[in-house]
Order: sequence, then C-alpha cells, then structure tokens
Amino acid sequence: MTEPLLQVEGLTTLIGNGAQPVRVVDDLDLSLHSGETFALLGESGCGKSMTALTLMRLLPPSGRITAGSVRLGDTELLSLTEARMRRVRGGRLAMIFQEPQTSLNPVLTIGEQIAEAVRIHQGRSRDQVTARVVELLRAVGIPDPVQRVGEYPHQLSGGMKQRVMIAMALAGDPRLLIADEPTTALDVTIQAQVLRLLKDLQRETGMAVLLITHDLGVVAESADRLAVMYAGQIVETAAVADFFARPAHPYSRKLMESLPSAEKRAGRLAVIPGRVPPLDRVFQGCRFADRCQSVMDVCRDTEPLWWPVEGERGVRCHLWDPALGLAGESTKPLGEKPASAAPSPRIREDADSLLLRAQDLKVHFPIQRGLLRRVVGHVRAVDGVSLDLRAGRTLALVGESGCGKTTAGKGLLQLIAPTDGSVRYLGEELMGLSHRRMRPFRKDLQIIFQDPFASMNPRMLVGDVIGEGLQALRIEPRHAPRMRRVADLLELVGMDPEAADRYPHEFSGGQRQRLCIARALAVEPRIIVCDEPTSALDVSVQAQILNLLKDLQERLGLAYLFITHDISVVAYLAHEVAVMYLGRVVERGRVDEVLDDPRHPYTRALLSAVPVVDIDQRRRVIRLEGDMPSPSHPPAGCHFHPRCPDVIEVCRHAYPQETRLGETRQVHCHRVTGG
Amino acid sequence: MPLIPVVLWTDALVFILIALVAGFAAHAARHEHLRDPWRRVLRSRVGVATLVVLVAFGLVGLLDTLHVRLKQDPPSATGEVRYSPEVLSLLDLALSGLRERQEKTYSAPFATHLFVKESMNQPDGRVLRDYPRLEHGGAHLEDPARQRAWDIAWRSLLGLVKGLIAWSLLTAGILWLMARRQGRALSEVRDAILAGRTPIPWRTALGTLGVLLALGFVAGELAFKYHILGTDKVGEDVFFQTLKSIRTGLLIGTLTTLVMLPAAVLLGIAAGYFRGWVDDVIQYLYTTLNSIPGVLLIAAAILMLQVYMSNHADAFASLVERADLRLLFLCLILGVTSWTGLCRLLRGEALKLREIDYVQAAQALGVGHFTVIARHILPNVMHIVLITLALDFSGLVLAEAVLSYVNIGVDPTMNSWGNMINSARLELAREPVVWWSLAAAFLFMFTLVLAANLFADVVRDAFDPRLRGGGR
Repeated sequence: MTEPLLQVEGLTTLIGNGAQPVRVVDDLDLSLHSGETFALLGESGCGKSMTALTLMRLLPPSGRITAGSVRLGDTELLSLTEARMRRVRGGRLAMIFQEPQTSLNPVLTIGEQIAEAVRIHQGRSRDQVTARVVELLRAVGIPDPVQRVGEYPHQLSGGMKQRVMIAMALAGDPRLLIADEPTTALDVTIQAQVLRLLKDLQRETGMAVLLITHDLGVVAESADRLAVMYAGQIVETAAVADFFARPAHPYSRKLMESLPSAEKRAGRLAVIPGRVPPLDRVFQGCRFADRCQSVMDVCRDTEPLWWPVEGERGVRCHLWDPALGLAGESTKPLGEKPASAAPSPRIREDADSLLLRAQDLKVHFPIQRGLLRRVVGHVRAVDGVSLDLRAGRTLALVGESGCGKTTAGKGLLQLIAPTDGSVRYLGEELMGLSHRRMRPFRKDLQIIFQDPFASMNPRMLVGDVIGEGLQALRIEPRHAPRMRRVADLLELVGMDPEAADRYPHEFSGGQRQRLCIARALAVEPRIIVCDEPTSALDVSVQAQILNLLKDLQERLGLAYLFITHDISVVAYLAHEVAVMYLGRVVERGRVDEVLDDPRHPYTRALLSAVPVVDIDQRRRVIRLEGDMPSPSHPPAGCHFHPRCPDVIEVCRHAYPQETRLGETRQVHCHRVTGG
Repeated sequence: MPLIPVVLWTDALVFILIALVAGFAAHAARHEHLRDPWRRVLRSRVGVATLVVLVAFGLVGLLDTLHVRLKQDPPSATGEVRYSPEVLSLLDLALSGLRERQEKTYSAPFATHLFVKESMNQPDGRVLRDYPRLEHGGAHLEDPARQRAWDIAWRSLLGLVKGLIAWSLLTAGILWLMARRQGRALSEVRDAILAGRTPIPWRTALGTLGVLLALGFVAGELAFKYHILGTDKVGEDVFFQTLKSIRTGLLIGTLTTLVMLPAAVLLGIAAGYFRGWVDDVIQYLYTTLNSIPGVLLIAAAILMLQVYMSNHADAFASLVERADLRLLFLCLILGVTSWTGLCRLLRGEALKLREIDYVQAAQALGVGHFTVIARHILPNVMHIVLITLALDFSGLVLAEAVLSYVNIGVDPTMNSWGNMINSARLELAREPVVWWSLAAAFLFMFTLVLAANLFADVVRDAFDPRLRGGGR
C-alpha cells in the first residue's frame, strides 16, 4: 500500500474556555490516499465541520487543537507557523463551503476573486493569470468563461457560484480538497452536476477529496470510503460498498433504516430516540449508549475501543469486542422490523371526500421600477396550478427551489393573495375574501413551515404559541380550558405536557417541529399544508416527524399538501404527486405511476438526479444543462424546452396542452401522446 | 403645613416615566426572555459599576424634581397662611447652605480671597487695592495662608471617615438582607462577595458605591466651609450649579425619548407591517422631516416660544415655571427631530418580521392585525428600542450642551451644563483664566455620559443574540 496523502492521528479539538470546554473532535484518526474520495458522514452537531476546520487550522477564536498530528504528504501541519500554513491553505489543501452565496465577495468580479487565489499560489504574470483564470473556469464547466470573468456573483446562479468556488479551490492545484456539504444548499439536478464535476476533476488531477455530508445518498454515489462520526468521534470506517451492504455500528444501521423510501411505505420508519449528547462533559462508556437499541451493561460504563473488522473496516462498538464474542450479533437485523408495524389501512378512494380544489391558480408579483413605482413586469411565481386535496390523502408538490411550490401553498391558504384562478374549499370560493370573511375557513386550513427555528415566536411560552389559534378563533377563549387542550395536543404529538410552560428555544429542531404540528392541529384543521417540514432536520429526526404525520393522517383523516424537493420522502408518504416547473405543474398522477414511470422529461431528469443508496436502483443520470430560467421571463413555448434533452420544434412555440394518461394522470408535454 | 408641593410639567412627566419604567420592570420580571438580558447586564462588572454611578446621578436629579413652596415665616397681617412665591426643590433645601452662601463675584476653588482686586477702605482711612477676603469661603480661618492646607486636609479626612462609616452601615445592611434571603451565615456571604464568587458582581458594585460615598462625603464636608469648585461671575457656588444641572441633563436625555417613543414605535411598525400606502405616507413624513436641518427647526421653535413667553409674561407664576416650560418645549422639539432614526430601524425590522414564519402562522390561524403587532412584532423589536434609547441618551445630554451654547437651549436662568459652558466663553478670554466653571461642567457631564455610554454598550451586548452563550 502506498503512503497515504493525509494521515490524521489522535486529533483532539476543544472549543470554548472555562471549566467546560466542548470537545468537538475527540481522538480522531483517519487517512486518505491520492485520488480517493473519503466521506465523513454524520448528523448535525457531530463535529464533522469542526474536523474540516481543524485540518485547515481555521478554528474559531476560542477553539484550539490540544493533541494529535495531521500529516499532509511529509509535512506536519500542526507544527507549521501561521505564515507557512497560509501557503499550504489554498495550495496543497483547499476547501469549499456549504453556502456559495456567502462565500463569494459580492463587490468583486469572479475573475478578480479567482485571480487573487491564482496570484497567491502561483505568482504568475498578469497575462498568465488571466489565462489561468479562464482555464480554471473552463475546467469547472462554466460556459463561455471569457465572458464570465467580468461578471459579479449576483449574476450567477447557486450552482454556478459553487462552480466558481471550486475553481478558486483548484487555483493552487490542491492535493486534497475538503468539501464541506458542497451540495446541501443546491437542488438535486444542480447537485448531480456538481458531484459529477468533482468526480471528473478528481480523475484528471488525481487529488483526494474529503467529502463532508449528512446525505447517505450523496455518499453512496460519490465516495470510495467513508467514516461515520458521532459525538466528536469516528464510530465506523468502511468502504462504501461494504458499508451500505452491511453497516456495522448500531448508529450506522439506524441511520440507514430511518431513510424513507417507497418500500417502507407500509410501515413506520425506524427512529433514533433522543439526540446527540452535548460534548461539554466527560463521557463514561459509549456515547451512543442512551440511544442504542442493542445497549448492554458494558456500554454504559466502559468506553468502547476501536475494533478492526475484515480488511480496512473498523468499528467503535462493544458488539465487535472479540472478548465479548458478539460479533455475529450485530449483523442480524435488529429487533423491530419496519414491516412488523400494522400495515396502514388503505384509505378509501371515494371521490366525494374532495376537500379543496384549486383551478388555474396564479400568483404574480409585480416588478416595480423607478420613482413612481411603475409596474414593468411580473414574476410569475405560480402560473396556473390546478390541484385537488382529498381527505386522508397526501398530495406531494415536488420541484426545485424557485419553482413556486411554497408560493402555491401559501396562495391556497390566502396567506399571499393570488392574482387569478379559483380556490374552492368544500365548494365555497376563498379567492378575494377579506381578512374577516376568511376567518371561518382559517380553522380548517393550516400550515407547517420548513424552519422550526423561525416558526415560533421566541418571546412566547409554548403553551401560548399552541393556544394562539384557539384564542384567536374564539374556540376556547378562556385560559384554563385552553391550557387543558394544549396539554392534550402536546400528548398527541408525543411531547411532555409540561413543555407548555417553557420557551421555544429550549427545544431541539425536531421537538419544535412537533410543537408546530401541535399548533396547526389545535384548531382541528382538515387540510394541512406542510412546507418542507423535514428538510431542516437530520435523517433520524426526519423519520420521527414523518411517522408522526402519517399517524395523524390515519387517525384524523387529514389531507396534506406536502411541499418538498426530497423524492424519497414523497415515495414514503404521498399518495399523489404533482411535479412543478417554473410556476406550472408539468406532471401529475398517483405516486407509483409517476415515480416508477415518469413521462415528462423534467420528471425523468429530476428522478434520475436523486442520489440513491441502493446500487441496484441507480438510474443513469440525465444531465440537465443550465439552470431554471427566471420566472419573470419564462421562455416562449414549453418552459422546459431550453434544458430539455428531447426537444422538438413545436416545443419552442407552444406550451403543451394537458395530456391525460389514464384516469389519474396528466402530463404537459408535446412528446407524450395520450391513450 | 410648612410647605405645599408644586408639580411642574416636567416633574409630572418624570413621574409618568418612573411609573412606566416600574411597570416595565414588573412586566419584565415575569417574562424570562426579558429578564434574561437584564440579568446579563447585572452580571457584568462594567454594568453594575456604571449602574451605581447612574443611580447616584438619578437620585440627585430626582431630589431636584420634587418641588415645593415654603410657608412664609411671618404670617401676613390678616393671619392667613402665605407661601413664598419661590419654588424650591428638595435638593435646593438640602443644599440651602450652598445656595445661600453667595460671594460678590469670581473666586477660585478653595479660595479664601476674591479673584479680582477691589478698593477697600482701611480702618485708618487709606484705600487699599487688594483681593478681599470672601464672605463665606474659608471665613472661619484666621490666617488663611498658614491654616488653609491643614484645614482642608483635616476636613477631607473627616469626610472620608464619615463616608466610610456610612458605606459600612449600608454594606452591612445589604449583606444582612442577602444573608437572610439566601439563608446563609453573614460571614459566608461576606467571603463570597470578597472572593467575587457571587453571580452579580457585588464586590464591584459595593466598591463603586464606596468610592462614590467617600467622594460625596469629602465634598460635602469641604463644601461646608469652602467653595470647592469656586464661584461664578455673580458669586454663586459652582458646585451647587453643577449639581442642579444634573436634573436638566437627565431630563433632556429621558423625556425626549418618552416624547418620541410612541411616534417612532407606532409609525415604524405600522409602516413595515402594513406596507402599501401606509408605508408611503410614513416614509414621506420622515424623509421630509429628516431633510430639514435639526438645529434650524429647534432654533425656530425655541425663538417662537421666546416671543410667546415675553408677550405673555403674566401667564407664568414664577421664573422656575417659565424655565420649566421652555425645557419641556426643548424636549418636545428634540423628540420631533430625533424619532426618525428609530422609526426607520423599526420599519426595516417589521418588514422582516412580517414575512417570518410565526407571523404567517398567526395569520393562518386568523389572528387579527393588531394582535399580531402587539403579540408578535412589538416584543420582537423591543430590544432595538431599548438599545436605541440607551445609546441616544448620552447623545441628547451632549445635544443640550451644544444647543445651550448657541443660546437656543434651556432658559438662561436655568442651571445647565450648556449654560455653564456658554458663560465660560467669556471667562476663558479673561486673564488670568477662569477655568473652573468649564472644568466643573465638563467633569460632571463627562462622568454621566461615560457611564451612560458604557452602560449602553453592556445593554447592547446583553441583547445581542450573536454574543449569547459566549459569556464572560
């Protein structure tokens, strides 16, 4: 075996001072070879990003490295002076960050920003620098690089910005590229582009990539080896194929089981109870013990050692301790099997359970210019969407960011006044109702938001937050009975009734999302618009929320409009799917029909771009060129035609009419013929 | 009754302000999210030290705010009780010695002789031009040249001892209260404070208090016999003047905010929340107001008031009332010119908050507009209001000095640092220089503004969510 490129041993990082420093990275070992992609996987708060910052020696002011060694090639990074470290950073060791929007300086052109990196690390003459910048931009697949050099970051889309960031990282010809959640802020089709780009670059330059992510799908598709981090420690390392075939650590297994997918539809998702422990204390025993299903007495008082398992694999778990002789145990499927839960009763398919019908809903935002605020155009955020919501059913609204799905959801509830169209709830028109006349309907139509941290007033007690609707709609105007109902609601969403007397900031993201669900349920709604309720949560917490939503639907017969970009959640939860592109629904149908046999080219591309854990299910990625056009200037003809791989002449002129395929299915595409 | 209370306009507003602050404190004590940042303020050393200084200033100001009229000593011939037309504050009464011990004209701090030569008729008939002895300052000394230094040292020591005694009594009282509340032994509490182990830095607070008390007692002891900061042109004690100026400074700093607050908060939030034409009107209003130079507006208003007051001289019962009305007017006009900044800040914040998820959720639950504003928006902009108030306070105190300097500030008969600085213009042109008025005004104003600024910094840090958890 060749000498590894990066060798990390016993790395320990503390943050904060005083009596209780936080051990964000604890005794971490890893090694990386040239040309290899190594993934660091874990939930938020496990120390992944801190590991990356430690390697770069870019810790926040209160952070310090207390032990260990980091060898890059034959250089010991931890003993370099800051001046020499600066030369390594961006040179042999480069990093790209999660948020391309904030990583670029908005007042400099991208050419200047890349040139800066080039000059520092290669010290070339002016002409050579310009040439090199263009070369780098071309390398990261930015079309028309000579033109783009003079553009500012705001002129580029998110995916383009991330490419520019990669170009900057490549300026110093790095041997190791640290990518900290490089695609988390991007849409799946863009994510596929960026991951492909990283792979291509790696093949050409032979650099190593340390990929930090929480997304199992991304790991499965792009990494060679991986390490699972939990509470500052690495708990398992393995080759990717082995890992997904047979995860060894109980935590890894739980992570896999909590991923939603179509096969798990019938039952509940596995959940990991509790949360990642705070790292400011001294641990006795295994850090995962409190959340582990296979916990033994020994786990609670002895810290597990690192046990090598077949080849390069290693696990930090007592189950693999040869002295305890349990190694076989852990490969068996664990206790509760997903399917063992009672299969959900099939929802009756009667058509008269129709609750809400939106027809040709339009939400246009005027663009105003100049002193007199003249309207010079419209952003057609939602441009003619028709939907039906039925009791006890979930309609998933799927699409990339900026396609208008959130606006459509808010337009349905009249939180944003729609421009045109009709929204009928139980036959009554909601459009154009005044604030007061809308009130009786508020009770039945509720919403849950994406960001659990922004969706509750930090200045109110949880009890008041949940009881707000009961009070406002005069369902329960008196305080004491209202608080009793709040306690019942908290019980319903699986929280302790005592939570009512606490403030929102005392709860974790998943708990807050439960509280938000309780608030929506308080007024006994019949329809809930769920606006990406799980996309800000970790996989294991997401599983809890999805389980809860599913239970509530079965018990209360709720209708959900589930807005999401996550196809695996759709497969698990939804009954019907509507795919949106640039303000319009391009394909609609039952979930199995659409996911198994997508007909619209956009749906096909979208589905193919989703990273899949299971290698057998992987499809060939249909690469979409470019980005979604701006909704203020949608392309003529079919909105999708500039990116469509199957474009024909008619697509450029006319927007395709609805083609009905069977009873439940509609597609808007010239290439799809009915019958 | 030996006296009747008099409530001037500004006094009434001060009482309202105190009631509001007390109400807010009671409200804050029941809400964790409000109590927490204030607790953080109290736990910072700079916070408590400056708070003690500010409270001391505040007490002086408050004493000066309680106005009375005394009964005239010889009752009138008809036997009815009559009250003197002169309105005095409790501070005036407490310092009546200082107030009444007037000299002829300038005298330097701790001087025993006047600052200017005078022709004095000697008993033998000669006329001598020399510095005459002061009537009060150091009058008890027989041979000032020899005795003065010793006398000052002795009285300082006496004052220091008295101050320390007062401080120990106070400290013992506080310790006893704390010990009783926590149910611990007195010595235990003392040790904890000495070691600095209490959550609130009592060591710093009591230390500052000790310094203040010692200084106060020394000054008091000396002021008994000397003019410790000299006298001004008409022989008034400068120390007394600076103490009286405290109220003016504090009033300008606080009443102005009281005046501008409702307008800034209501209009700012309304503009941000309702948008549309409401926003247009409010924005138009404050951009217009903002584009008029503030000093010009203030000058115009004050000059108009002056004309009104000289035309209706008999409408005012006393000089104090007249000066008070002018002060109130100055607060009003300063408020009118200074609300736009806060209003703009609040508009921006409300624009942001109206789109935030919990406001949307409230709308989805059918909560009315005004409830949304009162329950969701106002509490979440309160920290901005508090920070702005704390930061504005010192600016306003300084603004008073500047405005009085250019003669459009408070009434010339009213004691204020601005007026003192204004008169120093001529004093500094003399030879030798009369420096003490300016120095005294500067010293007191500097202490107040520095304390207020440091306190404002602590408040801002305490309310800044980005600094949470960092903790010192």
